[in-house]
Amino acid sequence: MAKKESTFSNMVLTLLLITACAALTLAMVYNVTKEPIERGRLERRQAAISFVVPEFDEIISKKFMPSDVSDSLEFNFAYKDGELVGIAVQTFTNQGFSGYISAMVGFYPDKRIYDVVHLQHSETPGLGDKIEKDKSDWSDQFRDFDPAEKDLRLKSAQGDVDGITAATITAEAYCDAIDRAYKTLKENLDEKHFSLNKMINN
Amino acid sequence: MDKIKILKRGIIKDNPVFVLLLGLCPVLGVTTSAFNGFGMGMATTFVLFMSNFVVSIIKNFIPSKVRIPSFIVVIASFVTITELVMEAFLPDLFDALGLFIPLIVVNCLVLGRSEAFASKNDTFSAVTDGLAMGIGFTLALTALGAFREILGSYSLFGYSFIEGDGMLVFVLAPGAFIGLGYLTAIFLKIIGER
Repeated sequence: MAKKESTFSNMVLTLLLITACAALTLAMVYNVTKEPIERGRLERRQAAISFVVPEFDEIISKKFMPSDVSDSLEFNFAYKDGELVGIAVQTFTNQGFSGYISAMVGFYPDKRIYDVVHLQHSETPGLGDKIEKDKSDWSDQFRDFDPAEKDLRLKSAQGDVDGITAATITAEAYCDAIDRAYKTLKENLDEKHFSLNKMINN
Repeated sequence: MDKIKILKRGIIKDNPVFVLLLGLCPVLGVTTSAFNGFGMGMATTFVLFMSNFVVSIIKNFIPSKVRIPSFIVVIASFVTITELVMEAFLPDLFDALGLFIPLIVVNCLVLGRSEAFASKNDTFSAVTDGLAMGIGFTLALTALGAFREILGSYSLFGYSFIEGDGMLVFVLAPGAFIGLGYLTAIFLKIIGER
C-alpha cells in the first residue's frame, strides 16, 4: 500500500486531524472521570479529618497563613452540638527526602495533638513510608503529644520524638510539618477564640 | 506472520526488559514491590496494546515525515486516559505509581513497538505484538518487584513472612540495578541465549 506523500498540506492536515481526535477523546474521558476523581479526593480528606479529631457533627474550614512559608494552611474546626471538639489542620513540609509531604494534624481545643495522619508523600518505599499509619506505628507517638511541654524535634536533636531507622530526614520533615501546624495554630488562635462557640463568625 | 511466534517472541525471545533492555526507567523506579511492578506492567500493556492498534490502523494515512509526532500524540493520549481512569477508579494504585504513569509516554518500548512493528504490519499482528510485549514487560516487572520485595522487606504481594526490616539496599535504587542484573543473567541462562 502506498503511503501518503509528505507534502506540506498533507502533513499539516494529518497532524491537525490526529491532535483533534486526541483532544476530543481526552475531553470525553476527562468529563467521565472528573466526578469520581474529585469525590475520591474529598472522601480521603474527610476520612483524614474524622481520623484526627474526636467525633463531630459539623466542620467549618478557614485558612491561615503560617509565619515561615507563603502557603496557607487549612484549619478545619470540628464542632459537636455547637461545642468545639477539635481542630484538624492540613499541613505540609518541603523538607522531605523527596520533597513535599502533606499531613492532617488534629488538635484538641487545648492544643494537645489528638492524632496525625499523612495525606501525600513520595518518600522511599520501605524506609520513609513508615510515616504511613498502615506501614508502621511510628506516628502513633504523636497521640496526646503536647507541643507546649515537649519538643517537636527528634531525640537525636535533643527533642522528644523517636526517629525512623534509616529515614531521619523523613522523620525530621514530618516533625517540621506538625510543628508548622502547631505554631500557626498558636499564633492565630488565642484563648478567647476557644471560648466562643463559633469563632468563624467574628 | 505467525501469531504464536509473535507472542513467544514478545514474552521470551525479545523480552522487553531482560533481552531488549528497553523502558528501564519504570523498571528500576517502581519495582519496590511485586504489586507495584504488576500494576505498572498492566498500565504499560494497556498503552502498548491500544497504541499499536491505532497506529496500525492509521499508518497508511500518515506521511512518513510526521509519523513520529503522530505516534507520540496517540501514545500520550492513551497514557493520559490511563492516568485519569486509574485516579478515578484505582486511587490506591495511582498513589503508588503516581509520577511514573505520565512517564509511560517516553517509555522507548511503546514508541519502539509503534515505529518498528505496528507501522509495518497488519492490525491483528500489531495488537498481538502489543499484548505479547506488554505481558513480557509485566512478567519482568513483577519478577523484579517480587525479588526486591522478598529480599528488601521479607514479604511478597504485601504478605510478610519473616519478621524484620529486610535488606534495605534492595528497597533502594542500587538494589534495583543489582536485582535487574541477576535476573537478566538468570533469564538469559534459562533461554540459552548466551
